[in-house]
Amino acid sequence: MRPAQFDLRKILVLFLVIPVGMAALIWTANNNASYGQTRATAAESLAAWDKIATVVEHPRCLNCHQVDSPLQGDTRRLHVPLVVRGDDNMGVTGMRCTNCHSQTGNNPTSGVPGAPHWSLAPLEMNWQGLSSGDICRQILDPARNGNRTAEQMVTHFAEDELVGWGWAPGAGREAVPMPRAELVDHVKTWLAGGGECPQ
Amino acid sequence: MITLTINGKEQQLDVDPEMPLLWALRDHLNLTGTKFGCGAAQCGACTVHIDGEGARSCSTMVGDAEGREIVTIEGLSGKVAEAVQAAWQKLDVVQCGYCQSGQIMSAITLLSANEKPTDDDINASMEGNICRCGTYVRIRDAIHEAAKALA
Repeated sequence: MRPAQFDLRKILVLFLVIPVGMAALIWTANNNASYGQTRATAAESLAAWDKIATVVEHPRCLNCHQVDSPLQGDTRRLHVPLVVRGDDNMGVTGMRCTNCHSQTGNNPTSGVPGAPHWSLAPLEMNWQGLSSGDICRQILDPARNGNRTAEQMVTHFAEDELVGWGWAPGAGREAVPMPRAELVDHVKTWLAGGGECPQ
Repeated sequence: MITLTINGKEQQLDVDPEMPLLWALRDHLNLTGTKFGCGAAQCGACTVHIDGEGARSCSTMVGDAEGREIVTIEGLSGKVAEAVQAAWQKLDVVQCGYCQSGQIMSAITLLSANEKPTDDDINASMEGNICRCGTYVRIRDAIHEAAKALA
């Protein structure tokens, strides 16, 4: 039986290779999280948009990208009670979004959903009556996307707190159909491939 | 401990910050003029004022109301409130009365921001207050009456 030896290779693996490997992994993850561009073809871009469309056309997103009054619920019926846009996208006196919706989160007792800057999307970001292709082109247009660059649009999908509510909408409401990180990957692919939109 | 400013008075409550403000008003402070209707922000019976705007107290968490000015039906004052109360009495608006404190709170919110509301303005601002007795026509007339008195 060989006596225990001071094995330099094991020490190297333990104290050098593993930490360096982990650091590289963390760096890669962080690099992805900073929205570095990936390569994608036009076909991959279009396929990525089709995935994105399943989210933006989901009731959690679509219900408040409406012309004058939000929709409500998974069935997309008109909001009850009826509310209207008003001058600042937050309703009119006596019927403002914040009269019922908390800016801090869902209300566990009343069941009324809430999130920071709860409001209708600005009118230029309306999706009511728009096809998937129309929504796609609108999101790419700074005049109709809140003057966002492509990178800022990725940030919007990845970090906006009201967008994030779509993944935690509270009891009785269906969440958007894919994890947020997956959606952000699709957005990056879509943009990297040229932001292709269906007709 | 949560500190609420209600009708100009500070109130200390040892409650869950997610508890509805309506529970605090009715069960902890005995301010029962504000009514429980649906508990889901669908009827307006629980309407109070927070920083001058209407709020459904059944759907307002006490933690969100901390540091803000809360006024209930018991704490109303000022010329708009007086005009609304007078118009409500003159036109005998109330039938069963259950929704009326909420209706009055919303009417005051409307008239404080809009001195001469049209029927459309009234419809849009009072939409969240339901009346099971159907006194809507008298409510509308009383709001116009109060606006006239304030002009």
